Amino acid sequence: MVPITYYLLLAAALFCMGMFGVLVRTNALVVFMCVELMLNAANLTFLAFARMHGDGIGHVSAFFVIAVAAAEAAIGLAIVIAVFRSRGTVNVDDIRTMKH
Amino acid sequence: MNVELVLFGAFALLTLLSAGLVILARSPINSAMALVSTFFFLAGIYVLLWAHTVAVVQVLVYAGAIMVLFLFVIMLLNLGESAHRGKPTLSRILGGASAVGLLGVLGITLSRVPAQPANLGPQAQATFGTMASIGQSIFTQWLLPFEAVSLLLLVAMVGAVVVAKSRI
Repeated sequence: MVPITYYLLLAAALFCMGMFGVLVRTNALVVFMCVELMLNAANLTFLAFARMHGDGIGHVSAFFVIAVAAAEAAIGLAIVIAVFRSRGTVNVDDIRTMKH
Repeated sequence: MNVELVLFGAFALLTLLSAGLVILARSPINSAMALVSTFFFLAGIYVLLWAHTVAVVQVLVYAGAIMVLFLFVIMLLNLGESAHRGKPTLSRILGGASAVGLLGVLGITLSRVPAQPANLGPQAQATFGTMASIGQSIFTQWLLPFEAVSLLLLVAMVGAVVVAKSRI
């Protein structure tokens, strides 16, 4: 039997890799992919704790996270398309109209 | 060495490897393909956690629907390799360092969580993580959140059309 700690550590590593990508990469699409990576790490944590306690609530939460991730991807990609149409770039360094 | 541990090790290694490719690949297409393989290997990890229903949904929704959406947008915008790497500004260096620091803190904390998988009896083994048991708790105990999520998806759908369409 694999200890749950291993799963939790894998989820932590995945989350931190996603966070690294969000903070370091400049392409907005890659930033979105890294957000998906972080959401998956959260899912893995839910499922690991569900297995640890032997109850199915964690699975329900994982379903909801997947649905929210789908909504987030749809809206986020629509925003990326809109920004690309008005600016001609998806580089997050070049999009700073609201930065003051 | 039991089979479960070997499978976990293989899936975990491949997951981390393809996640690394996602954040390091130069072209967004390569990132997206690496992300697809990350989702597949994570589905394998979910099966090891007895979450086979969630694993199937992961492959269908994530590796299927969401990644098709990503690839569609990448090809629509016709993004090639990024001509210039982002300059290593102070905020970027601090961000990377804080991600590594968070990994350290999480690692120390999580390794102290007393964690052995629950010993499920034969009764629970037959129902744990099945579509029937998950559906039952979604449609009884978690009905309100479920309806809220469906409303969220509707709003996201309308919002995506409104935002991406140039003229309505």
